[in-house]
Amino acid sequence: MYSILKAEQLADKIYLMDVKAPRVAASCLPGQFVIVKIDGVGERIPLTICDYDREAGTITIVFQTVGASTMRMAELKAGDSFEDFVGPLGLPSELCEEENLEETKKKKIVFIAGGVGTAPVYPQVKWLKEHGVDTTVIMGSRTKDLLFFVDKMEKVATQLCVTTDDGSYGFHGMGTNQLQALVDAGQTFDHCVAIGPMIMMKFVCKLTKELEIPTVVSMNPIMVDGTGMCGACRLVVGDEVKFACVDGPEFDGHLVDFDQAMARQAQYKTEEGRAKLALEEGDTHHGGCGHCGGDK
Amino acid sequence: MANVDVLVRVPVSEQDPLVRAKNFDEVCLGYSKEEAMDEATRCLNCKNAQCVKGCPVSINIPAFIEQVKDGNIEKAYSIISESSALPAVCGRVCPQESQCEGKCIRGIKGEPVSIGKLERFTADWARENGIKPQGAEEKNGHKVAVVGSGPAGLTCAGDLAKLGYDVTIFEALHEAGGVLVYGIPEFRLPKTKVVAAEVENVKSLGVKIETNVIIGKTITIDKLMEEEGFEAVFIGSGAGLPRFMGIPGEQANGVFSANEFLTRNNLMKAYQEGYDTPISRGKKVVVVGGGNVAMDAARTALRLGAEVHVVYRRGEAELPARAEEVHHAKEEGVIFDLLQNPTEILVDENGWVSGIKVIKMELGEPDESGRRSPVEIPGSEYEIEADTVIMSLGTSPNPLISSTTKGIETNRRGCIVAEENGATTKTAVYAGGDAVTGAATVILAMGAGKAAAAGIHEYFMNK
Repeated sequence: MYSILKAEQLADKIYLMDVKAPRVAASCLPGQFVIVKIDGVGERIPLTICDYDREAGTITIVFQTVGASTMRMAELKAGDSFEDFVGPLGLPSELCEEENLEETKKKKIVFIAGGVGTAPVYPQVKWLKEHGVDTTVIMGSRTKDLLFFVDKMEKVATQLCVTTDDGSYGFHGMGTNQLQALVDAGQTFDHCVAIGPMIMMKFVCKLTKELEIPTVVSMNPIMVDGTGMCGACRLVVGDEVKFACVDGPEFDGHLVDFDQAMARQAQYKTEEGRAKLALEEGDTHHGGCGHCGGDK
Repeated sequence: MANVDVLVRVPVSEQDPLVRAKNFDEVCLGYSKEEAMDEATRCLNCKNAQCVKGCPVSINIPAFIEQVKDGNIEKAYSIISESSALPAVCGRVCPQESQCEGKCIRGIKGEPVSIGKLERFTADWARENGIKPQGAEEKNGHKVAVVGSGPAGLTCAGDLAKLGYDVTIFEALHEAGGVLVYGIPEFRLPKTKVVAAEVENVKSLGVKIETNVIIGKTITIDKLMEEEGFEAVFIGSGAGLPRFMGIPGEQANGVFSANEFLTRNNLMKAYQEGYDTPISRGKKVVVVGGGNVAMDAARTALRLGAEVHVVYRRGEAELPARAEEVHHAKEEGVIFDLLQNPTEILVDENGWVSGIKVIKMELGEPDESGRRSPVEIPGSEYEIEADTVIMSLGTSPNPLISSTTKGIETNRRGCIVAEENGATTKTAVYAGGDAVTGAATVILAMGAGKAAAAGIHEYFMNK
């Protein structure tokens, strides 16, 4: 069992937890992910590591409720625990490798974080700050109430730009609009990291391709085991089929086939929707609507 | 005793094919004690027993059958336990027809003795009567790490524990058993009743199992040896990455590896009410491949309610799956489209599978494996309608361990190089099972685990 030391809601449907997992905390690096499983009947859910404390032996995760298992996870409190918590999985971010540090220091790096993608961007920016690398961070959400980590990010980013789609906080517009505005104002970047919903990463990549800024994205496809065994997370990068769990999760964004990745992500929408509906409606849902198979 | 025809096996009862095609309960119901004792009388108790030579873990088969014949099932179990840590598993999934039973002298004129069914009966009886295998009386204090809790790892760990070693198994998944829990379905190998019980037996020998530890990621082999005091390591990490064909349409929604489909169903229990993990219940499923894993996937899809076609590029005689599995699949209603090979997966406007294009094949000259290689018949392409395609084409080794451990050599296929006794190119590190051979069988992995346990023991004796 892996006990939860802290649990808090960051924004609508977005939750943060510190989990005791000493083996994972001892070996993880920014860019890697964990798989959590709430109990015997839960799904294995991949989550990018948001922060880690090697001495305390803890990992910070941030997740959004999307299906039955994450909805049940949201109800956990400090003192509760996960039955399973495994990692670190995937390859660390290339930016955060000591051996690349001299090269990294020469780069003008911009991060673009969208929605819950702010969480996995944080440890990278923090690591870079600790290693004396300057960064620009553009973090955005649909509206002010969905923003989180603004204070934390302010402490580690050299330049922070906060955006909201509706203009309720910070720059009025999307991350791509903000990046264009910075470039128009004369700033130059030669490396971009974009993490967020696939549709956002797709449009960031479209823009950075025009601006000729090499861009790394962190993919979050459907996974089962997370160790390279099932192939559920396969995606097309350039001409090659890659497994996000062992070859990624970070890839060259200009080579990723986002349309196909988005289609694959929707593969279990119907099944997940049913499980979620059954959980939300509990005993009040007796089927018979003709849409859900009738038994849930 | 009933009248036993020495040339014919005592039949074993099975669930009716049409009933079992709709449930996940075990197909074969096993012998009763009377049936087992009757079948045991057919054994010739050969002095130079060929069956033992056919067994990868060298169980003293005539000796245990002799005890079954006399009704001493507990004694029979202790004889099997000397050689095998997982008899209830092996009695169910070993390809006996090409091993022990294939060499049975009784089989020359009549049917060979049902060694597998007798082993299964003995192990099931022991479990139901609370009999446990005997552990070591004294610990020798040497710490050994075992990577992976599949058949190779469990066997190696069990044998080492019996010799007095302090053994810890590290398992990447959340449950112990490896392919026995994620790969082989419930209807062939019950998870709680059989697999969990055999894992408990290994633990009762003193073996510790730590789940959720991925060697090569969570911790490396080098660190286990340098920082955690393990003096030797056995790698039984299994086969790994699923293969795909590389044909158009393979990334479409509705195309799964057999590993994914079976893991969702078996490990995550997607077929059962109340579990969160989803599975795609197709209406018309095409399984590509002809091995045991393909049969498992096909029979699972059938039980989830689909019409199932197995597409295989060679003929029936060349199917790599066990004859019993093919026979069961046919009985249950799986349709075999043999001598056909997929050339393209057809995709609808929403990115989902709508069918599969195949080309008919004929058999040409035998290839290096001795099997006649299939050749395309020009112009014979046609389409099979389908909403789900399951690729069951084998696996290639996972590089996680070899790439993170100093001094471990792999061959050009990525398999770890190991000697007969499991020794790798790194001192005190042994390996066996699919990680060394590529995808093979449970019992071969167990044989390798057993050989490596002996190899590790010898290493300590000479140290």
